Amino acid sequence: MKFIYQTWWKVIAVLMVLSTFITGLLFKVPHLPIIHETIRNLYFHVPMWMGMLTVFVVSVYFSIKYLSSGKEEHDLAAVECVNTGLLFYALGLVTGMLWAKYTWGEFWSGDPKQNSAAIAFLLYCAYIVLRNSIDEEQKRAKISAIYNIFAFPIMIVLIFILPRMTDSLHPGSGGNPAFGKYDLDNGMKIAFYPALLGWSFIALWIATLRYRIRLVENKKNDN
Amino acid sequence: MNQIITFDAMKLVNETWHLLKKEILLEWRSKYAFNGVLLYVVSTVFICYISFNLTPGFSGSNGYKVVWNVLFWIIMLFASVNAIAKSFMQESKSRLLYYYSIASPQAIILSKTIYNVLLMALLSILALLVYMVFFTNTLGDPLFYFLTVLLGSLSFSTVFTMISAIASKAGNNGTLMAILSFPVIIPVILVLIRLSKNAMDGIDRSLSLGNIGVLFAINAIVITTALLLFPYLWRD
Repeated sequence: MKFIYQTWWKVIAVLMVLSTFITGLLFKVPHLPIIHETIRNLYFHVPMWMGMLTVFVVSVYFSIKYLSSGKEEHDLAAVECVNTGLLFYALGLVTGMLWAKYTWGEFWSGDPKQNSAAIAFLLYCAYIVLRNSIDEEQKRAKISAIYNIFAFPIMIVLIFILPRMTDSLHPGSGGNPAFGKYDLDNGMKIAFYPALLGWSFIALWIATLRYRIRLVENKKNDN
Repeated sequence: MNQIITFDAMKLVNETWHLLKKEILLEWRSKYAFNGVLLYVVSTVFICYISFNLTPGFSGSNGYKVVWNVLFWIIMLFASVNAIAKSFMQESKSRLLYYYSIASPQAIILSKTIYNVLLMALLSILALLVYMVFFTNTLGDPLFYFLTVLLGSLSFSTVFTMISAIASKAGNNGTLMAILSFPVIIPVILVLIRLSKNAMDGIDRSLSLGNIGVLFAINAIVITTALLLFPYLWRD
């Protein structure tokens, strides 16, 4: 757990995200019909989901660890990761909706990808409600850990598998080409990959901060 | 080593079989869940029948077939939530403790799931028959529609059994059951409605195979996670 107290990866994450402000906004991008300059949203929308996925994976890891160890701090780590993940979830939805306004014409047009994302949001809101419904701390930790592990594969199916099988307008779904096809020949990688990594680590950083605050609060309550 | 594994598997199958027999026997004696849910379905269908017939000419209108299909699945959804929510509630705490002392947790969740699958399969076929009496409709591919209904009852049962196990540990309230299960069941019901619409329109079966694959994948995920997680859940 020493990793979360170290500084170097936080500096790198900030630098990477800052670099995408320059490379992402100024570098040349392919000119595609309909999408035009909104293709730059790739550097800011997709990394939000990447950040969310990172903290959710970490949260499942700590839920599994909680079930085998029963230590309270593992439960705290899991719940703070989910909280951070929900923040990135909301940001991913909002950046996607802004993009959709300019390319599809509506903030919400009932696209399968949007609908699935909304349902998966409910899935994690249910996690928060489940936590609040149980008073006993150890029972709450155990049951929410179980639900968290249960919800994760369902979330993956909802967001990453189901929309690909239906007629979605979202890039990468329903036969539409993903951005991965273009960035290979156009040097979009230079902005895209640092953005993915940078935002993932920023998500982790926020989660670790929240986790540390919870630890301090816990210590204060115990005394 | 191999012998131990086969022995464990045999033991699991054996325990599951005995628990399943017990579930069926208990249900056969009281017929409470079966009659209750059947009555629930029949009255819901009847309420829908009366309500929709308040609008004259409904059964001849354009959207009739779409409404027919969606309405059936919504009735089935609520019927199965009600039927399966009981599966862990009706057991008293001491009786559950007794099961855990004589059988492995995997056998308990498996037997409950299989029992719910059987119950729901029977109920959904009966529900479909009753539904078709009140809401007449010609099915393009009746056999495939029946298959979809069976797949639906299978998926509802696997998902709701695990969720009801979680909800029963968290204070047994119906709200929690609904909140926890609906996000999980929405993808299932989307696939089911698409699948049954194809069957109703008599579209070529090969076009629906992908959807069936998704359903089986979701079921496999749910059953695996249930088997892995239930041993942690039952311990208090």
